[in-house]
Amino acid sequence: MKMMLLLLLLGFGLVFCHQNQSDPHDQRVFPVLTINYGYVQMPFEVSLWILLASLMKLGFHLIPHLSGVVPESCLLIVVGLLVGGLIRVIGKNPPVLDSQLFFLCLLPPIILDAGYFLPIRPFTENAGTILTFAVVGTLWNAFFIGALLYGACRLEAGRLASIDLLSCLLFGSIVSAVDPVAVLAVFEEIHINELLHILVFGESLLNDAVTVVLYHLFEEFAHTGEVTVADVFLGIVCFFVVALGGVIVGGVYGVLAAFTSRFTSHTRVIEPLFVFLYSYMAYLSAEVFHLSGIMALIACGVVMQPYVEANISHKSYTTIKYFLKMWSSVSETLIFIFLGVSTVAGPHAWNWTFVTITIVLCLLSRILGVVGLTYIINKYRMVKLSGKDQFIVAYGGLRGAIAFSLAFLLSPEDFPMKDFFLTAIITVIFFTVFVQGMTIRPLVDLLAVKKRKQSKCSINEEIHTQFLEHLLAGIEGVCGHYGHHHWRDKLNRFNKHYIKRCLIGGERSQEPQLISFYNKMELKQALMLLESNSSASLSTAVTAAVPRQRSRRTLNISKEREEEIRKILRANLQKTRQRLRSYSRHTLMPDAEDDDWSETRLRKQRVEMERRMSHFLTVPARPESPPERRAYVESDSRALTARPSILFTVADGPRESRGRKPSVKFALDAEEQKPLRCLSDPGPDQLLEEDEELIRHRD
Amino acid sequence: MGASQSGQVHKFQDLADKTGFSIEQIKNLHSRFLYLTQDEDTLRREHLENITNLAINPIRRQIIEAFFDKRNLGENEKGCLQEIGFEEFVTVLAFFRPPKPRIPEEEVKNIRKEKLRFLFNMHDTDNDGVITLEEYRRVVEELLSSYETIGAETAKAISDAAMLEVASVTVGQMDPEEFYEGITFEQFMQILQNLEIETKMNIHFLTLDTTTMKCGK
Repeated sequence: MKMMLLLLLLGFGLVFCHQNQSDPHDQRVFPVLTINYGYVQMPFEVSLWILLASLMKLGFHLIPHLSGVVPESCLLIVVGLLVGGLIRVIGKNPPVLDSQLFFLCLLPPIILDAGYFLPIRPFTENAGTILTFAVVGTLWNAFFIGALLYGACRLEAGRLASIDLLSCLLFGSIVSAVDPVAVLAVFEEIHINELLHILVFGESLLNDAVTVVLYHLFEEFAHTGEVTVADVFLGIVCFFVVALGGVIVGGVYGVLAAFTSRFTSHTRVIEPLFVFLYSYMAYLSAEVFHLSGIMALIACGVVMQPYVEANISHKSYTTIKYFLKMWSSVSETLIFIFLGVSTVAGPHAWNWTFVTITIVLCLLSRILGVVGLTYIINKYRMVKLSGKDQFIVAYGGLRGAIAFSLAFLLSPEDFPMKDFFLTAIITVIFFTVFVQGMTIRPLVDLLAVKKRKQSKCSINEEIHTQFLEHLLAGIEGVCGHYGHHHWRDKLNRFNKHYIKRCLIGGERSQEPQLISFYNKMELKQALMLLESNSSASLSTAVTAAVPRQRSRRTLNISKEREEEIRKILRANLQKTRQRLRSYSRHTLMPDAEDDDWSETRLRKQRVEMERRMSHFLTVPARPESPPERRAYVESDSRALTARPSILFTVADGPRESRGRKPSVKFALDAEEQKPLRCLSDPGPDQLLEEDEELIRHRD
Repeated sequence: MGASQSGQVHKFQDLADKTGFSIEQIKNLHSRFLYLTQDEDTLRREHLENITNLAINPIRRQIIEAFFDKRNLGENEKGCLQEIGFEEFVTVLAFFRPPKPRIPEEEVKNIRKEKLRFLFNMHDTDNDGVITLEEYRRVVEELLSSYETIGAETAKAISDAAMLEVASVTVGQMDPEEFYEGITFEQFMQILQNLEIETKMNIHFLTLDTTTMKCGK
């Protein structure tokens, strides 16, 4: 309700502002207040649109239950329709989604966001399947739809009869491509398992190359008017050029970005800018040569991500993540709103037959394509795709704004049926987004498709994932079979020896993955505990449990000390970062992992961990002595300069300090030259009887 | 010649039934076995150590040991053999066979349990049924052994953290008097249940005798 009023107000404001101009030729008193709208018109309107989009997004989540039932994309299209209707009511022409604006401004942030946070492991494991669906599937769709549509048009008399085969094939190629924006928008909300997500999403990204080639091919043919065999052959060559060229361009820019980030240690503030600029340049450079811009962007993001992440500061990483999510979110919202507005605006030529046949053919070709291809693919896959999986893959083939924009770019001279095409495409988009988008969630629940697991970082899983990689590579070696794992192993080794040395600055290039993972985990726990302990009773805590065991010196924490520690932590955080596997825009703000580490649970966990630690880490034969512990720290510092390892000990001498407020003793590292209480310190009878008290006190 | 051939085929059939491989896969593995052992009957550790691919693998010791570990060969004994025949070779490799599609849920659980058991045996080198801290430390050290700059203490810290994690996840509240010995097999299964081992721990066994078989050294 409020939103509608706001909309009306905005609309009227727009109209009002248009009509007032300052008139310099009047002889009158000095104008205290003038209105010059023309001066700011363009940026003002752009900002207004973006503001509108953001307010809409806000509004949806304020309405309870709505976002659970209807996917956001549907709501946004409806809003677009309303706005378009409003503008038309006012009497002006609603703006149509300008293709140049779409391809150059709205699409790149979404693709970059997808590419930068692309989960590499599942992507490479299923690369063959994804490529097959993207290339062969899209080709099949295009030709199937085009050919059958032509046949239907022939049969049907009237206006449709004038559509020739090339136009139909072009239409088929435009409408057959699965759209990454729509897929992202819908799939992110349903949280299906990683495999299906990456299959559909990967397909939507990689089919861009096919779409670009087919589009330009048919457009060129329609322009020249005839097709020879040589042209077809050249078309095939063009496909490889477009796809590989796009990837190479993206890869080159990615390497450049990674290399640049190696030297940014003194200019941390503009680090995110490099990431964005290089990626955008990759996209634009690819578009100059009519290569696949999307593939260039994906390649750039994928190539630069591991190295850039190792080089940049923690804050820059957070900035990049949040900016990307913000831009892509706004872009997506704007795209859907504009789709709605363009529907109201655009010239429409509605033909029942054409539209219904298009929709039917789209569905049919998708289902046939997926089923047929899966039958062939399953022969080569180790984990076969079941019928349920195939259904979701087929059902998730949503069309979106890319199809619309491509159709909009057609020149009316070569394609007199452009209006028919536009109407049909809009209908298909509406159908897939509304019908399929809304029903996919209940269907997923109905079919009991596996959902994405909430994976907490578990160091055991990481250890075993790496262990498995080596194990499988070894077994392949024993079998004499150069398989998937062998090549991955080789790539990793090549990466480690050569590439990382060039692209990652400083000593981080030597850090193995397991160590970085462990550091990240530890740091995250440290940060969480630090932040959670900043409130409360801690600052007044004192204590000094006299250590009964060997030479463990601990610090008292006073408030100033705490501040110091935090300062040190912040300063040293440049070397480490949090790696969150978040490729969902919608769950960005309440990070799943942030929620888990709620205060009490964290403390309880820590407390229990301490207890465990004291119990089983008994290697009584080799007690840790302080010099050795310091040596630990030194060697650690060698590998990772001045990383503060904060290991908290939540302890109190059991009998003595009953009733005293609990304390957290921080043990800093070599900087302070205090001995670390390593995890492997076998603290004997460190009985934490006061655990319950501790927890009660802290609250 | 003919008699021994048919005898061999018969043996292959038995093996195929027992391990779930197809006849072609068994035949390929047999030729690989003969290649590795240089046409002898039994495989010894030196034969496996000669594989150049394996030489750069950080956990080669454990992989080689796994082939000679009696626990993996289906017997309930403990200890290791000095040399194995083709049957044992195939039995060990059967742990890496991808599961057939469309099998019931309990089958999947069984397969997962078997594969996890294999991994567990690889870690539990002293055959006592638990993975102690020492053993886990050795695992992590070996994983990191290819990085020269990392000291032993870091590996220790990681393995300690890992053990802590296992303990906190599986054991829950412990009495003050209790003592955490090590990871038992049930706990091992519990912490790795999210890893979906049955889909990950698989090798694509060739059914066709392609030239890659000869390339592998």
